[in-house]
Amino acid sequence: MAAYVLRRLTLFVPMLIGIVAVTFGIMQLLPGDPAAVLLGEDASEEAVREMRRALGLDRPWWIRLAAYYADLFRGEMGDSYFQNQPVVDAIAQRLVPTLEVAFVALLVSIILGVALGIAAAVRRGSLVDAACMLFAQLGVSMPVFWFGILLMYLFAIRFDLLPSIGRGPPLVFALGQALAGRPAALGESLMHIAMPALTLGLTNAAVISRLVRSSMLETLGQDFVRTANAKGLRPLRVVLVHALRNALLPVVSVIGLRFGALLGGAVLTESIFGWPGLGQLAVSAISQRDIPLVQGIVLTFALAFAIVNLIVDLLYAVIDPRIRLE
Amino acid sequence: MRYPGGNLSLVIGGSIVVGVLLFVAFGPLVSGYEVEQMDMRNRLQLPSSAHWLGTDNFGRDLWTRMAVGARVSLAIALSSVAIAVVVGSIVGLISGYFGGWLDLVIMRVVDVFLGFPPIILALAIVAALGPGVVNLSLSLAAVFWTEYARVVRSVTLAQREADYVASAVALGASNARILFREILPNVFGPVIVLATLGLGTAIIAESGLSFLGFGVEPPTPTWGWTLAYGTRYLRVAPWLSTVAGLAIMITVLGFNLFGDGLRDYLDPRGVARRIRRTSRA
Repeated sequence: MAAYVLRRLTLFVPMLIGIVAVTFGIMQLLPGDPAAVLLGEDASEEAVREMRRALGLDRPWWIRLAAYYADLFRGEMGDSYFQNQPVVDAIAQRLVPTLEVAFVALLVSIILGVALGIAAAVRRGSLVDAACMLFAQLGVSMPVFWFGILLMYLFAIRFDLLPSIGRGPPLVFALGQALAGRPAALGESLMHIAMPALTLGLTNAAVISRLVRSSMLETLGQDFVRTANAKGLRPLRVVLVHALRNALLPVVSVIGLRFGALLGGAVLTESIFGWPGLGQLAVSAISQRDIPLVQGIVLTFALAFAIVNLIVDLLYAVIDPRIRLE
Repeated sequence: MRYPGGNLSLVIGGSIVVGVLLFVAFGPLVSGYEVEQMDMRNRLQLPSSAHWLGTDNFGRDLWTRMAVGARVSLAIALSSVAIAVVVGSIVGLISGYFGGWLDLVIMRVVDVFLGFPPIILALAIVAALGPGVVNLSLSLAAVFWTEYARVVRSVTLAQREADYVASAVALGASNARILFREILPNVFGPVIVLATLGLGTAIIAESGLSFLGFGVEPPTPTWGWTLAYGTRYLRVAPWLSTVAGLAIMITVLGFNLFGDGLRDYLDPRGVARRIRRTSRA
């Protein structure tokens, strides 16, 4: 196991270095001079030159890239042009809401996807199977944000059941309150997160349900399932305990990869529901050409994605010993 | 040739795709309206016999605008997938065939691109390049190419050891000839399947970028733009965004079903399926 972790980590570091380089490269392509953008249209040439020097933009790109690596190594990302605060602080404020909605969405999609996948596999060829697979097809064919808009129209505008925009109390805080016997905050928090999380989780639920179905069908045909049935175990126990454990292996492996789609989808979902997360910040930073901020956000997204993937890979190796012996 | 009639996905998906193409080709001709033809007395009309899909806030015929917008949406989808297929295939062939340090370096570059959440990468690139059909295609291709590189590489790795390649080498064939004439035909099946499914992904991605305001600039009525624009009239004219959303969903569904069907037909061993399973949509 130690050897596997080490091997996985040695691949992780060059990937991070590459991600920083690509992000930096894309930002160099941004049109317009940041100094001119910052000073406005009326700025004199002299002032722009002065500003370029102050921002370090007069140095060649490789020196700026090296400086950026050095900054990151110290845990810094420079200052935002328009937010009047360091990029790290701006991101820190927005990261938790984004992770919150992403994880709830992941949870929703796993529960929904696994349940539908099992139902479809157990009742193969039936109406249940057809309905589940229709859901799966529509789920991957639907633009995430359109689903969000439909939800909003239905639950917020037509029936006024859920708040249409904004975030309630932080979920972790609300959970703590509920455990201490004050459930009001949790209710509020869940009301706000319900639509964004469902929106974000839909595509994922569809992908997972197809995966669970096919892997469940494979597992249900195997000898140990027949043995379990022959022993006279209750069918529900055979499906949920014996078959599901094995059928979930491929699902675990895609969850890490799907997390990237979740983070990307968060940009859209946050824009619809006014969720105060990184995605919204990304859109406004891009519109303002706030390069240090955009760079920092893109990097944070990639880093979050990479870390989740690393964790999932290691977890997978724990669950399935065949992986680490490969 | 196997008879594809028993393949329901292929038939339904294919029919939807053909239907969409017919709509795109002839939709504006049969409607009797121009794309930008305004009619302020008939703003935000419900679908009727005069306006089959209703009208927008300037009284423009939605049917006509959807058909014209589809040309742009489909053009972006097709060109982004085409660029991704060409770049990914060449990279995958080289990586798989030559192996060694070259393969190692190329696959690390692929890892880096896979390290970005897809929409984020596309968003950053399109922000850098600016809006427009070409730039959108390029930014989506930058997200999609890794998938083809990985599939083509894995097929190439397997084919490299085949007898027919050894005999081509013995006959003195050049590397280029072996790569493009001997090995390349083997990757067509999985690549066509992935590309068909990729078209659906591209249409959705384009609509998402348009929704965020980073798509093709108005007045081009791409589907994503119409959908995003329609949300402003959600309370008074909910069908505006519904029409656009349905158009996107039906078209993507068509490509997805067609791709699934093609996979069962062309790639029964499931090379594309195994790669796709671990990829990001």
